[in-house]
Amino acid sequence: MSDLEPLSDPGLPAHVARRADRDPIAEKRAERQVAILFMLSGLSAVAFIASYVGIKSDQYIFLPLLGTTNAQQLALGISLALTLLTIGFGVVHWAKVLMSDHEITNQRHTMRSSETELAELATTFAAGAASSGLGRRSLIKRTLGGALALVTISPLIILRDLGPLPKKQLEGTNWKRGSRLITDPGGIALKASDLEVGGVAHVLPERPTGQKETLEDLTRDPVLVIRLRPEDLHLNAEQASWTHNGIIAFSKICTHMGCAVGLYEQQTHHLLCPCHQSTFDVTTGASVIFGPAARPLPQLAITVDSEGYLIAQHGFNQPVGPSFWERSS
Amino acid sequence: MTKIAEAGKGAFGFVDDRVGAAKWVKKNLNKVFPEHWSFMLGEIAMYSFIILLLSGVFLSLFFVPSQQEIIYHGSYAPLSGLPMSQAYASTIDMSFDVRGGLLMRQIHHWAALIFLAAMIIHMLRVFFTGAYRKPREFNWLIGIGLLTLGILEGFAGYSLPDDLLSGTGLRIAEAIVQAIPLIGSYAAFFLFGGLFPGSIFISRLYTIHVLLIPGIILALITVHVMLVWYQKHTQYPGPGRTEKNVVGPPFMPIYMAKAGGFFFIVFGITAFLGALFSINPIWLYGPYNPSQISAGSQPDFYMGWLDGLVRMTPNIETHAFGHTISWNILIPALIVPGIFFTTLALFPFIESWVNGDKGEHHLLDRPRNAATRTSLGAAGLTFMIVALLNGGNDIVATHFGLTINGIMWFTRIAIFVLPPIVFMITKRICLGLQHKDRDTVLHGRETGRLVMLPHGEYIEVHEQISTDDQWTLTQHKQYQALVAPVNVDANGLERPVGLKERIRLGLSKWMYGEQVAKPTATDVHELEGGHH
Amino acid sequence: MKRLSKYRRHPLAAGLVIAMGLLLVGSLYSLASGAGPAQASNARSQAIKEGQQIFLKGCSSCHGLNAEGTQTGPSLIGVGAASVDFQVGTGRMPMADASVQATARAPQFTPEQTMALAEYVASLAPGPAIPSQAALNYERDGNLAQGGELFRTNCAMCHNFAGQGGALTQGKYAASLMGVDPQKIYEAMITGPQSMPVFGDRSMTPAEKLSIIKWLKNVQNEQAQGGIALGKVGPVTEGLLVWTLGLGLLIGAAVWLGAKSK
Repeated sequence: MSDLEPLSDPGLPAHVARRADRDPIAEKRAERQVAILFMLSGLSAVAFIASYVGIKSDQYIFLPLLGTTNAQQLALGISLALTLLTIGFGVVHWAKVLMSDHEITNQRHTMRSSETELAELATTFAAGAASSGLGRRSLIKRTLGGALALVTISPLIILRDLGPLPKKQLEGTNWKRGSRLITDPGGIALKASDLEVGGVAHVLPERPTGQKETLEDLTRDPVLVIRLRPEDLHLNAEQASWTHNGIIAFSKICTHMGCAVGLYEQQTHHLLCPCHQSTFDVTTGASVIFGPAARPLPQLAITVDSEGYLIAQHGFNQPVGPSFWERSS
Repeated sequence: MTKIAEAGKGAFGFVDDRVGAAKWVKKNLNKVFPEHWSFMLGEIAMYSFIILLLSGVFLSLFFVPSQQEIIYHGSYAPLSGLPMSQAYASTIDMSFDVRGGLLMRQIHHWAALIFLAAMIIHMLRVFFTGAYRKPREFNWLIGIGLLTLGILEGFAGYSLPDDLLSGTGLRIAEAIVQAIPLIGSYAAFFLFGGLFPGSIFISRLYTIHVLLIPGIILALITVHVMLVWYQKHTQYPGPGRTEKNVVGPPFMPIYMAKAGGFFFIVFGITAFLGALFSINPIWLYGPYNPSQISAGSQPDFYMGWLDGLVRMTPNIETHAFGHTISWNILIPALIVPGIFFTTLALFPFIESWVNGDKGEHHLLDRPRNAATRTSLGAAGLTFMIVALLNGGNDIVATHFGLTINGIMWFTRIAIFVLPPIVFMITKRICLGLQHKDRDTVLHGRETGRLVMLPHGEYIEVHEQISTDDQWTLTQHKQYQALVAPVNVDANGLERPVGLKERIRLGLSKWMYGEQVAKPTATDVHELEGGHH
Repeated sequence: MKRLSKYRRHPLAAGLVIAMGLLLVGSLYSLASGAGPAQASNARSQAIKEGQQIFLKGCSSCHGLNAEGTQTGPSLIGVGAASVDFQVGTGRMPMADASVQATARAPQFTPEQTMALAEYVASLAPGPAIPSQAALNYERDGNLAQGGELFRTNCAMCHNFAGQGGALTQGKYAASLMGVDPQKIYEAMITGPQSMPVFGDRSMTPAEKLSIIKWLKNVQNEQAQGGIALGKVGPVTEGLLVWTLGLGLLIGAAVWLGAKSK
């Protein structure tokens, strides 16, 4: 293509006069329109103040399409919107129709400075660098580099107390041997006979009286108890020994990213986590059958005590919740 | 001297005596800002940020950034007597007991969504018109930085009220940090001050949200706008517009008026949304409780694609030597976004390496004339949209009678298959449009008037387009694919081409090998005789 | 016989023979179908009988002739009157088609017929009873705030934070709870219809159930604070609004701003 002539630039198009430029009546009308918009803004601002002062906060208003909504909030919002919009429309309309719309041209200059300036920059910089002696004083250079590195690292040390070291905290829960299962949020101890086939209960471990569970406890202790018909369960020996008469319990904290897994589908015996749709099969020990979770929900070994209350046989045999580097399985 | 000039001299004199700015201000009052609606998208983003600052200050006067547990006894009865954090309680109070409080909350949240949507669509405009090319690569990088910070800032913002939905989001963020190999559990504990949720995170998030990130964003926006000012804005090609000039209305009064007026319009539309549409009704979500969850839990849209990627990633985890690596979290939450954003950031430099162009560009590309770039952009957009769709798969399933399982599988496959298909289709469309441009220049515009010639043939009358339009359709520079230079050493033996060079040549051929040659003046003149 | 046959062409002979035939068949039939509950002469047993008739016609093809269940429908023995009142009263049963989940629609039976069916099924074996109106005084017996907490822990993961409904696996879904009769909500909780688990009265007390219903009714009737609710499903619809109406208005304004005035 380089040897063929491209088309030539016809140059800037001629200016076309607008109606307001040619016709003084149109000009006056445009001016009036801008003025009216500004006046509407003022009125809306007054309406804003009136709404704030005059409308009670507990009044509601019905409007078609909108339905019923809080009257003051609506009035404040609409009047604020109109106050702002009318100023904006007024100014833009003024600029479009009345202000001179002749286009002008600015010349661009190459960003790059001239060769002489660049050369002068290079020499000045080199002179300065030579004067500093950093180039040839290698001892200074090396010790300065070391000092700067240490200076930047040292303040990071005081960030150490942002938090404690994890140690084993990610691994434990409050479930112990003999912990009764307490309904959440009802707060009553659950008996085996309280749960019907097809039923679920959300439980937490029994705590000493007066002690309430913290939010941190709630990220690891919640357990979902489900009752199926014993013949619907297909567990191995150990898993089966952790159930009682078709009652099975799992950690409610998703092994993917920690959301609560409480969605039990009674007919399919599946647990669904609504965050990323990991699906667990209760009949095979909450094994993962769909979705991004990589591990089944840890099962809590339960049995009943002498009074018929459901209790934990012992704590979980693995950390609950999402994975982390130190988790071995 | 007129009265205006006199008065001006007085006021200006006062300032000029102290800073000597007269010359600079005089020059810039006539600075040209080319006019096009697509140049206002960045302004929408900037104005939204200002609205966020203004409404945010209001909110900060009422919000209590504390996780301390209190019992609620305010005016919203369904929460009465429930334990909740002060952060949540103060947001409820702001919504029900502070007049205009809910309005400001809603304006703030709508403005945040508009801020991010505007940044994205502005970035797309810049990408598809090639405005990121030299000398504007710095601004492109700053823009990517602003987008990233905006995403983090938005996430921090809606997590502050400590409600069930945003608390769930924080839980997921903590799981991502925890999953990082080697340092994950330490980083999570340092971030949250111990086990999640801890008692200090909301106040840390508050400082990050109202001070740290807005400060950095403000500084970046300032540099971003200063660069635009100094380098002058790009312009669309047209008659009289060259690489060496910029044509448009002057800064004063037109641009000042239109830009200033547009600020009020953006603010007004945001206030309109805040008045009419409910957003983030935290009193319905309830205070955050890790043992609770709602069906249909999603992050705000700008993180929806991340959620979608996390949902579709297969459940791969490796366990070795007593340690676990959760690929099912690392890949979608860190690795893929990292690759995507890095590629995006490096794109200007990759492109100039591929076409060997070291010159400045101030005239924008029409997307059809940069067919491969446009198609790449379309493919990238497809990737994002497929991921976003999966992020809302449960809402989509219930509203359109589909299954979450089906949507998941569809997006798992589509995210690999659809982008290349969209690439090919877009490329064909671009080439087709290039053909059409060439035809329009050479044969004129189809007028739709049919004429029957004496011997019975029907023809459609074509009307020659104006020279202005002819120029606009042919002024662009067409790159050629780079050719390996003949590289012969002293003994006449050919030097082999290195791997880096071969990749460059391959990419160059892919980018520029296929395009429709634009018509030259010779072609047009040749056809001018004997033309319908 | 010769004396009788003299009347065989009598005008009334045909009518008499038909009447005798009907009487014979009817008696034989009522003797044969005596495999039902005891013939007590009160309204309830009448309802049970009527219910059984309806059941045999409209339900037995899937649920078995004696409600013992088949391949296509579970056993109804022990599900109680509450199950029937819920399923039939909300039109879910008889099932419209063989899809993955029965959908609520206009009831196919009248309230009397539904009650009869319920009585019949209840007579098969003990099961959850229909809660009386006295037992459903949620305004008096329910705790609003506690109901919200209970809902969020036990129900929101399926039905969404505001009872708008949500997705389950394979195309199943938890229905919206807005505008649902409190009696039906209570019945659903105690019977665990389809995918929903059973919330028995011992693991979730009646007072707790009433609290949940009170909270749900409050959400349903609560007047909007902030305007149009966008479905109460969270950020998905909010984002959709920004990208359609929000950016639409803004870009529209920008186009108007940049356009040349005539």
